[in-house]
Amino acid sequence: MIAQNSGTNLGEIHGNFQMDMQYYNPDSTIKAPPVPEKTGMNGFLNLNYTRDKFSAGLRYESYLSALQGFDPRYKGSGILYRYVSYTSDELQVTVGSFYEQFGNGLILRAYEDRGLGYDNALEGLRVKLHPYKGIYIKGVYGLQRSFMTYGPGTVRGVDAEINFNELFEKLTNKKTNVILGGGFVSKFQADAGTGAYIVPQNVGAWAERLNIHRGKVNIQAEYAYKINDPSFTNGYIYKPGEALFVSASYSQKGFGFSLSGKRIDNMDFRSDRSASLNNLEINYLPCLTRQYTYSMLTFYPDATQNTGEIGYQAEMTYKIKKGTLLGGEYGANVLINFATVSGLDTNRLNPASDSARKGYSNKSYFGFGQKYFEDFNIEIDKKLSQHCKLIAIYSYQTYNKAVLQGEPSDHTIYSQIGVADIVYRFTDTLSIRFELEHLYTKQDMGAWASGLVEFTVAPKWFVAASDQWNYGNADPTARIHYYNGTIGYIRKTNRYQISYGKQRAGIYCVGGVCRTVPASNGLTLTLISSF
Amino acid sequence: MKKIFSLCLILLFAGGIYAQQKPQKVPPVDLKTMDGKAFNTKDIKNDGKPIVISFWATWCGPCKKELNGISENFDDWVKQTGVKLYAVSIDDSRNSSKVAPYVNGQGWDYTVLLDENSDLKRAMNVNNVPHTFVLNAAGEIVWQNNNYTEGSEAKLLEILKKVAKGEKIE
Repeated sequence: MIAQNSGTNLGEIHGNFQMDMQYYNPDSTIKAPPVPEKTGMNGFLNLNYTRDKFSAGLRYESYLSALQGFDPRYKGSGILYRYVSYTSDELQVTVGSFYEQFGNGLILRAYEDRGLGYDNALEGLRVKLHPYKGIYIKGVYGLQRSFMTYGPGTVRGVDAEINFNELFEKLTNKKTNVILGGGFVSKFQADAGTGAYIVPQNVGAWAERLNIHRGKVNIQAEYAYKINDPSFTNGYIYKPGEALFVSASYSQKGFGFSLSGKRIDNMDFRSDRSASLNNLEINYLPCLTRQYTYSMLTFYPDATQNTGEIGYQAEMTYKIKKGTLLGGEYGANVLINFATVSGLDTNRLNPASDSARKGYSNKSYFGFGQKYFEDFNIEIDKKLSQHCKLIAIYSYQTYNKAVLQGEPSDHTIYSQIGVADIVYRFTDTLSIRFELEHLYTKQDMGAWASGLVEFTVAPKWFVAASDQWNYGNADPTARIHYYNGTIGYIRKTNRYQISYGKQRAGIYCVGGVCRTVPASNGLTLTLISSF
Repeated sequence: MKKIFSLCLILLFAGGIYAQQKPQKVPPVDLKTMDGKAFNTKDIKNDGKPIVISFWATWCGPCKKELNGISENFDDWVKQTGVKLYAVSIDDSRNSSKVAPYVNGQGWDYTVLLDENSDLKRAMNVNNVPHTFVLNAAGEIVWQNNNYTEGSEAKLLEILKKVAKGEKIE
C-alpha cells in the first residue's frame, strides 16, 4: 500500500500478523499440566510506516493467556514496541523501541524471537553515524524490555567500526580487507543496600574485534571483558568476566571449510542482577554447535553456559561433481561437522579463605574441564532422479544432562541419530515428502522412532501426519506415541493452518517454511499474514 | 507521554489508510557482506533488470532446497532475464561464519548478505524463512512468496520473464 493523495506522497504502510491459538486436552500420560482456561492464545500485529527518510512502526501483542511453554509473565495485551526513526546518508536517529547488535553480540544484543517468546528490545534512543567513508559509529541508551514491562537497569553503549580499505584510497583495491571494531557497554542498577553484599551499581564491559579477508580466506576474532558483576546467575561472586570468539574459513567453488572456537568465563550480563533464564540479558553468547531442524537431532540440544565453557567446531562442505562414481548423474553434497564443548578447568575456592569472593580460579586458561556437549555428524544431500531428492544425516551426540538441564543426579546421555528426508515429485504441483528418524540411546528415555509424511498440492495446500514413538523406554507404560496431524492452506502471503495432536517445542519445517513452535497438546490454529 | 507517543503513531497510520494500492520498496537497512563489510539495502540495484531478494538460513531445509534448485539453472536465468539474486541470510553469530563456506561450497552465483539481527527481516515484515521477493526495474516489490514447494522455481522464472519484459504481475 502507498498513501497517495492527488500527487502528494503520504508514504507506505506494511505489516505482518501472526496468531497461534491452542485448545488443550487434559493428558496425564505426558505429564501435561492442567490448563483451567482450556485455551491459550499468542498473537501480534506489526505495522511499519515509511515516507522518504522517515519511518515509524509499532507492534500490538496479545497473550490471553500465553501458550503453554511460554513464560507466564507474558500476560495481557498492549503496544510494547513502537518507534520513530529518521535516516539520512550520514545519520540515523531512532526513538522508542529498537533491536541492536555490537559485533557478535558478546557485550550487547537486543533481539527478538517471537516463536520462542524471547524479546529484550531496548527502549530509549539510538543514534547511528556514518561521518566519513569507512567509519561507522552507533550509540544506544535505554531500558530493556522484560515481558510486558521494562527492567530496572539503564543500558548505555557505544560501538565503532573502521573499514581500512574504505577509509584509505590507497587500500581500496588491495586484496586484503581489514575491519577493526570495538564497543563499550555499561549498565546502571541502584544497590538497594538490602542484600548481603555491597555490589557495583555501574558495570562496564568492552569488546574489540578484527576481521581480515583475503580472497578465499576469512578470519574473525572478538574478545570481550566485563568488570566484576555479582549477580544471581553467578552466585554473587566478584570475578571479572571474559569471552573470546574466533573463526576462520576457507572456501572455493565446490569446497568450504570453517573452524571456530570460543571461551566464555563468567560472562552472564543482565540489566537486573537478580534476573535469570531469558530475562533482561544484555549480551548474546552464541552456541558453537550445529543447529538442526529435525526433531530427533534436537532432542538433546546444546545451550551456552554463560557462566563458563570452552569449545570448538569444525565444518567441511564438499560438492561431488556430476558424472563421477560417487556423484552419479546429478552430483551430491557432503557436509561433515564436529563440535565439542566443555566446562572450564577451574579450582573452586574455599569460601573461608576467598575474602575477595572470586568464587573460583582458572587452573589453565585454555584447559578443558568436564564435557558438556559433543556432536559428530555427517550429511549427504543427493538428487536421485529428476523426481526424487534425498537428505541423509547421521549424528553421534554426547549430552551432559546434569549441566545442560541442571539436574545434578542425572548422567551423561550418548545418542546415535539417523535421519532420512525424501521428496518425490509426481508432477509440477504434486509432491510427497517422508521424514524418517531414529534415535538410539541406552540412557534416559531410551530409543525413539519418528516418521512424518507430507503431501503437497502446490502452491496452495499441504497435509502432514507424524508420529514419534518412545518404543525403547525401559518402562513399558511410558512407551508413548506423539501423534500429530496438520492441514495448511496458503494464499499469496497468507497462511492458515490447523494441527491436532502432541508436538514437542522446536523449529519445524513443514509446509515449505521453518518456524519455531511451542510444545502443544490438543488443537492448534495458526494464522500468518504479511502485507 | 507514552500515550501521546502511541496516539501520534496511530494518527500517522490513519493517514496511511486513505491509500491507493502501489507496490512497496525495500527500506534502507544496514547489513553485512560475507567478508564483513557494511552494506546498506539502498545499494540493491540491477540497472533496471529484475531483482530477487530471498531470505534464508543455513538451518532452513526448504530455503536451501529453493536456492540450490535455482542455482542449477541460474546461468540460463541470467541470460533470459538479466536477474540478480540477493540471498539474505538471517543466521545469527552462531552460524554466520559458516555462511561463506556453505555458499561457496554450493557454488551459488548470488550476492549473499548477512542480516545477523534480523533487521531487514523485520523491516520487510517477513514472518518465517524462506520468503522471496521480486523487484521490478523501478525497485518496487511486484511479487512475493513465503514458502517453498518442490518445483516452485518454474513459477519464479515465469514471473521474472514477465518483469524483464516490463509486464504487470497479477
